[in-house]
Amino acid sequence: MLIKIPFASACKESDVTPESIYLSRRAVLGASLAGFAVSALPSWAQAADPSRYADVEAGKAPGWFSDKLTSTKWQAVTVQNEAITPFKDATHYNNFYEFGTDKGDPAQNAGSLKTEPWTVVIDGEVAKPGRYALEDFMKPYQLEERIYRLRCVEAWSMVIPWMGFPIAALLKQVEPTAKAKYIRFETLQDPKTMPGQRSGFALIDWPYVEGLRLDEAMNPLAILAVGMYGRELPNQNGAPLRLVVPWKYGFKSVKSIVRISLVSEQPKTTWQSIAANEYGFYANVNPTVDHPRWTQARERRLPSGLFSPNIRPTEMFNGYGEQVASLYTGMDLRKDY
Amino acid sequence: MRYLLWRVAVFVAICIPPAIWLNRAWALDLGPDPGKALVDLFGLGTLVLLLITLAMTPLQRITGWAGWVHVRRQLGLWCFTYASLHMLGYGFFILGFDWAQLGVELVKRPYIIVGSLAFLGLLTLAVTSNRYSQRRLGARWKKLHRLAYLILGLGLLHMLWIVRADLKEWAIYAGVGMLLLLLRVPVIARRIPRRVYRKPAAATKV
Repeated sequence: MLIKIPFASACKESDVTPESIYLSRRAVLGASLAGFAVSALPSWAQAADPSRYADVEAGKAPGWFSDKLTSTKWQAVTVQNEAITPFKDATHYNNFYEFGTDKGDPAQNAGSLKTEPWTVVIDGEVAKPGRYALEDFMKPYQLEERIYRLRCVEAWSMVIPWMGFPIAALLKQVEPTAKAKYIRFETLQDPKTMPGQRSGFALIDWPYVEGLRLDEAMNPLAILAVGMYGRELPNQNGAPLRLVVPWKYGFKSVKSIVRISLVSEQPKTTWQSIAANEYGFYANVNPTVDHPRWTQARERRLPSGLFSPNIRPTEMFNGYGEQVASLYTGMDLRKDY
Repeated sequence: MRYLLWRVAVFVAICIPPAIWLNRAWALDLGPDPGKALVDLFGLGTLVLLLITLAMTPLQRITGWAGWVHVRRQLGLWCFTYASLHMLGYGFFILGFDWAQLGVELVKRPYIIVGSLAFLGLLTLAVTSNRYSQRRLGARWKKLHRLAYLILGLGLLHMLWIVRADLKEWAIYAGVGMLLLLLRVPVIARRIPRRVYRKPAAATKV
């Protein structure tokens, strides 16, 4: 007899989706189907792929993305007893300094980002380096929906349904050599479309760089995402390709990736280069190690009401300790924060 | 009261931004973290009001119009009011009125310490802003109220430690602050052309 023992952080669909969202999803579905029946748009087959969350702004999904929706594993990973952050908040409260430092700037300015065509370079210590058009890059992978908590180093948090695939699957394709110890990610650098990169007062040395130890990247929770809330990534959320590492602070999850390199040395990552005493390379969510300017023991789960601030305790590894704590056995996480 | 209309106009003008902010927060227009947004807005408002307050004396010297200094005390008190709301918001929205945590923050975080010192400074100036204190303190009153320069420095430092990636906005405030302080250096202040404001000639001859 096969006995399946799920992780404590896993749960069934019925546990996670709030009923109101589930019901409104039906309303949205019904309404959109009715709309299509009336107008009978020629593109209905593509557009009829249901948006599964309430109030999701329809995007303009590229063909390769829409094609993958039919084979997508929905709700592959979920969270327990948590409400999913409304789409509007997840897309209008962003840190994406390439488009400005205010939380609303990315939503306002990221329209200028051109995500088609998009090229991804794979290089460094790999048997199969290459330069791919995004649709070719994505070909081997089946999309999975992963509902993860996102904990920002600034002490706010959200719950977001991502769509992507494990980095482990990519590594299997590109075959890292024995020298590969770390994986390095680089964001697009294009001052023409990224106003933040034009600022003369920026402290960031563009392009934005992040990285993981190879075994961290191999962990099944670490994914490369191309979608969220059942649609392709909006520009301000790091379209068309971004990293999502749910047990680390949000700044590790680099956006709009153009280059992935396997390297032998620990990469010089952006925030660590700016302020090493505030932002470490590991940046694991850790309530016992404070940011020098604020406590990390608690977080504001957004949306936070004006008269009922939604403050809650932060969990070690953002609640994913069962899956990732073993990566760090023998390490002093106070030193390697 | 002289310049009554002018004073009332300033009063009303300064009431408007908080009314707009609160209304936006109420209408869920400040994003998913309205509390934090309000704290930031009142913090920035405090700095701007402090700069405006400190601009009144130089403006009077340059233009010769006495109206500027007649709203100086009011502006200073407004600055203190904004700062109080900034602190109140921080306590409620960020700390959740967790007093133990406040103790920790006050000991461990330089930017909180600096901000709190600046607030204590503003409190001192607000408490001694009345005529009674002016009379009692005499010459010392003026010296005490030069604390405003120190408070400006603390406020700018407080903001500098919060800015994380782009110094442009901070550089603008710091530049204006620096200019206002430079205008008070005696060597420079003496060179500012003083204009005496003359009332337009009356229509009737005496």
